[in-house]
Amino acid sequence: MKQHLLEICYLIGSVTFIFGLKMMGNAKTARNGNLIGAVGMTIAILGTIFLHTGEVAPMIYAMIFGAIAVGTIIGWMTAKKVQMTAMPQLVSIFNGMGGACAALISLIEFTHHMHSGEPATTGTLIAIIAGLVIGSVSFSGSMIAFLKLNGNMNKPVRLPAYNMINNVFMLFVLLFGAYMVYSGGSLMLAYALFASALLYGILFTLPIGGADMPVVISLLNSFTGLAAAFGGFLYGNKVMLTGGILVGSAGTLLTLIMCKAMNRPLSNVIFGAFGAGSAAAEGNEVKGTTKEASVSDVAVLMNYSKSVVIVPGYGLAVAQAQHVIHELEMLLESRGVSVKYAIHPVAGRMPGHMNVLLAEANVSYDKLVEMDDINPEFSNTDVVLIVGANDVVNPAAKTNPASPIYGMPILEAENAKNIIINKRSMSAGYAGIDNELFYNPKTSMFFGDAKKALTELVAELKTMD
Amino acid sequence: MEQVLTFFNDNREMIYFIILSVFVGVEVIGGVPTVLHTPLMSGANAIHGVVIVGAIYVMLNVNPTDTVALILGCLAVLLGTLNVVGGFVVTDRMLEMFKKKK
Repeated sequence: MKQHLLEICYLIGSVTFIFGLKMMGNAKTARNGNLIGAVGMTIAILGTIFLHTGEVAPMIYAMIFGAIAVGTIIGWMTAKKVQMTAMPQLVSIFNGMGGACAALISLIEFTHHMHSGEPATTGTLIAIIAGLVIGSVSFSGSMIAFLKLNGNMNKPVRLPAYNMINNVFMLFVLLFGAYMVYSGGSLMLAYALFASALLYGILFTLPIGGADMPVVISLLNSFTGLAAAFGGFLYGNKVMLTGGILVGSAGTLLTLIMCKAMNRPLSNVIFGAFGAGSAAAEGNEVKGTTKEASVSDVAVLMNYSKSVVIVPGYGLAVAQAQHVIHELEMLLESRGVSVKYAIHPVAGRMPGHMNVLLAEANVSYDKLVEMDDINPEFSNTDVVLIVGANDVVNPAAKTNPASPIYGMPILEAENAKNIIINKRSMSAGYAGIDNELFYNPKTSMFFGDAKKALTELVAELKTMD
Repeated sequence: MEQVLTFFNDNREMIYFIILSVFVGVEVIGGVPTVLHTPLMSGANAIHGVVIVGAIYVMLNVNPTDTVALILGCLAVLLGTLNVVGGFVVTDRMLEMFKKKK
């Protein structure tokens, strides 16, 4: 009886996951989709605990509830408190937790099989070993991705011949895993495999540049999905299988879509990370002089223009300037200036990240224009204001085949009549390359922290009129 | 060869199940606008937290005298909970921003 009820709980869970994900693909239904998924998850978890058949010591129940309570409080608080700008790294951490969870399950199950003395079937061993390897790689990889996104590790670290080392090491881990399945292994070997997989996750993520981290997180996300699915295979648990495989396949597809938005094949992200060739970086130095504009110059220029396009980048988000920019937009609109935002698919740190940040500041949804729609409009734009964006407006992506970002679609801001770039300094962008747009005769540099500079600009505009 | 065939036969249902789920996953994501990629990734991230069900299962079946397994299992439940709760809450926060505003 209980067993049948549990199966129904798992069925409900599986269906809500599918519906939830489907609804998350549409802006109108997305929030409810997420809630439906959460409800399904709760049903599956409660069912697992309360519909369990067999004797369980009360102490174990206490431990389970304790762990859930602590996890809920920490998870809830962190997710509620985190700044919207720091969201990508948080997703990375939570992903790593899931991976670690899968790896621990495998470790316990393997130990259990070793102690029980009865030989595990091939299927069981495959599920245990695969869960262990994939979960560990996902965990350590996610931690490195977190450190990179959080700015603790800015430069990609590359050992000499890192591609070769990584590939050989990957092969080693795979063969090691296969040997474990074949031979049945031992406890010592299981721990060695665990350590090797953790190390591989680190080696795999280390050489990849920070700008590519969203793709990596998405990939690791699908890895964790896969690890969960192997857990489901191990226990014949349908809800783990559906949840895991759904995320595994949807995550892989999402990864590929993201790569497409950057116009780079996945292999290029993983093996040929940004700035990999030092020759390319050297050939990229742009020489020239830049013009600097004062607050009043910018204010006058904007006040008397007809159309302004704002290109927001991560710099805007870091400076928490999204509210000020909305103020600027409303002020200009009240004076008859048409204002739009040009959103690059990978503006911010992840696809769609910038939309979330601007929506937080109440910027109206229809003011956000996607790249393909705004690009033809730049030649009719009087002023384009670039705030904390760099690589997404770098013309080298179109003109310089030696540039590491060559081929990435960009916002063609250079076609506008006037270009104002707000930056803190002349430093290069996230990809670490110079930008010839700064030296364009139409460009004026408007130096300063985005929030401070824009606040001054708004104040200056208010005094005019 | 015989082993492979036995393996397939023993797990026939599972294999069907897995293949069909892969297609559902691909189908569900198709045609999603770029703006929703981040919340979608985050939502998917919460869903793979279902691995916690496995962690709870391990705890329910663990030998109460096996301290190492108890500690590791407890840790697994904790980590799984973080994945689930944190994942859903942060996704909700992101999607909250997308609601219609005047």
